[in-house]
Amino acid sequence: MNGSFTIPKFRLPTFVANLGQKLPQWPHALALVAGLNAALKMKLLPQSELALLEGKLFRVRILDTGGEASYTYANGLFRPVFRPQREPDLAFAAHLSAYLQLLSRQEDPDTLFFNRELEITGDTELGLIVKNMLDAVEWPKFSASLPVFRH
Amino acid sequence: MILARAIRLTRINGKPAALAILARLIFRMSAMTSLPDLVCPAGSLPALKAAVDNGADAVYLGFKNDTNARNFAGLNFDAKTMADGIRYAHAKGREVLLAINTFPQAGRVADWQKAVDAAVDQGVDAIILADIGLLDYARHRHPRQRLHLSVQGSATSYEAINFCQREFGIRRAVLPRVLTLAQVENVIKNTPVEIEVFGFGSLCVMNEGRCWLSSYACGESPNTVGACSPAKYVKWDKKPGAMETRLNGVLIDRFGDDEPAGYPTLCKGRFEVQGETYYALEEPTSLNVLEILPDILKIGVRAIKVEGRQRSPTYVAQVTRTLRAALDSLRDGSERFHVKPAWQAELSKVSEGSQATLGAYSRPWR
Ligand code: SF4
Repeated sequence: MNGSFTIPKFRLPTFVANLGQKLPQWPHALALVAGLNAALKMKLLPQSELALLEGKLFRVRILDTGGEASYTYANGLFRPVFRPQREPDLAFAAHLSAYLQLLSRQEDPDTLFFNRELEITGDTELGLIVKNMLDAVEWPKFSASLPVFRH
Repeated sequence: MILARAIRLTRINGKPAALAILARLIFRMSAMTSLPDLVCPAGSLPALKAAVDNGADAVYLGFKNDTNARNFAGLNFDAKTMADGIRYAHAKGREVLLAINTFPQAGRVADWQKAVDAAVDQGVDAIILADIGLLDYARHRHPRQRLHLSVQGSATSYEAINFCQREFGIRRAVLPRVLTLAQVENVIKNTPVEIEVFGFGSLCVMNEGRCWLSSYACGESPNTVGACSPAKYVKWDKKPGAMETRLNGVLIDRFGDDEPAGYPTLCKGRFEVQGETYYALEEPTSLNVLEILPDILKIGVRAIKVEGRQRSPTYVAQVTRTLRAALDSLRDGSERFHVKPAWQAELSKVSEGSQATLGAYSRPWR
């Protein structure tokens, strides 16, 4: 799926993060949730594991854009959470390039973790469920057009 | 053996599978040196396909339960994905090996026996077993099924391996990662059983099949629940300038922001011993045999195994591709073999703790 295009490791300059933190965070959350729900609709995510995500609060933080998205899974759909009232059950933090490498299956999450490019905090078992669930997805060839990949 | 399978598959699957296998057979026979099989891990269907597409000769996998030592949430195969995976691999002439490599729990032996029956029903090429009770069961219930002795069976001498061959008809044994290359050679010389060794991946503390460290901290270990340091006991705590790893509340390591991390297992923790804090049991590191690949070939190893059913399809693709290239470069003999920096770079990148070792294969002491 990564074809001939390789995503390099890069860092956006710090002013981007400073700027990003001042921008509204809801577009990130909406794009992420739209992508996940598209995957749901295509029945790419297994029901047995999805049930384990019910009611959990997730946070994805992009360090070098200052962007942050919180979302939950409830009653069969991923939903954005704009003003989380509590600490997330599971939180990811990484630079944009690491997320792109992960989503395009160019790098393995454990590799990024060992190299300290991906931070996972909170409920580790939930993290493992999410990781293994995404690993087991057979993305269709047109996956590059999913909103989450375009974002 | 490949020819036999080609003929069998001609009957089952028709032309395409048979042609793929015959092409492989001709390619293999034309090769000047016969290479060991590259056996790669598959924790999911995409990982299995990544292994096959990148040149694995065989993949190994497990059921979604505690009959295998990588019983993690969301990992492994149910009946349908396994059937799909076997079909995919067989269509391309590759083998599927199924690991039932934990020891049956008291009162639940039937669950492990059922797993053996299910594996036979699925039509896997071999079952990898560790427990001698199960080996005995499989041998008598399914006398035609090919059996391999798991690394967890902990057989390090040819006497032990020959015993398992005599009693259970095992065709291959996976050697524990405790032997030097010379010791592996000695085993090979004295047994008709095929020998498989580890070629790449995270290391256990070399106490295959018997480690209880995880139980010490959290009451669960590979041989009781099918997982070392189960994730529910693991906590990564972000502190300013450092990350702490806790296993069931026990602090096992603390990484500075620039230090590479490892798996949260007790054996890879840093402990204070006589006033010094260091990796007292084992460094977080991966085994990597690239450098000694020609020697492994020379002594007659039949298969090289890659660790990592818990890793993603990306890792499987990266490691399989690299070892395939290295092995293929040995087809014309080993004189001109040299380890390409790109192979080393690819494997170091995916290594635990971002570093690699030759492990026990090369050590001055015995
Ligand atoms: S604690 Fe270490 S040596 Fe023991 S089973 Fe876990 S990974 Fe292997």
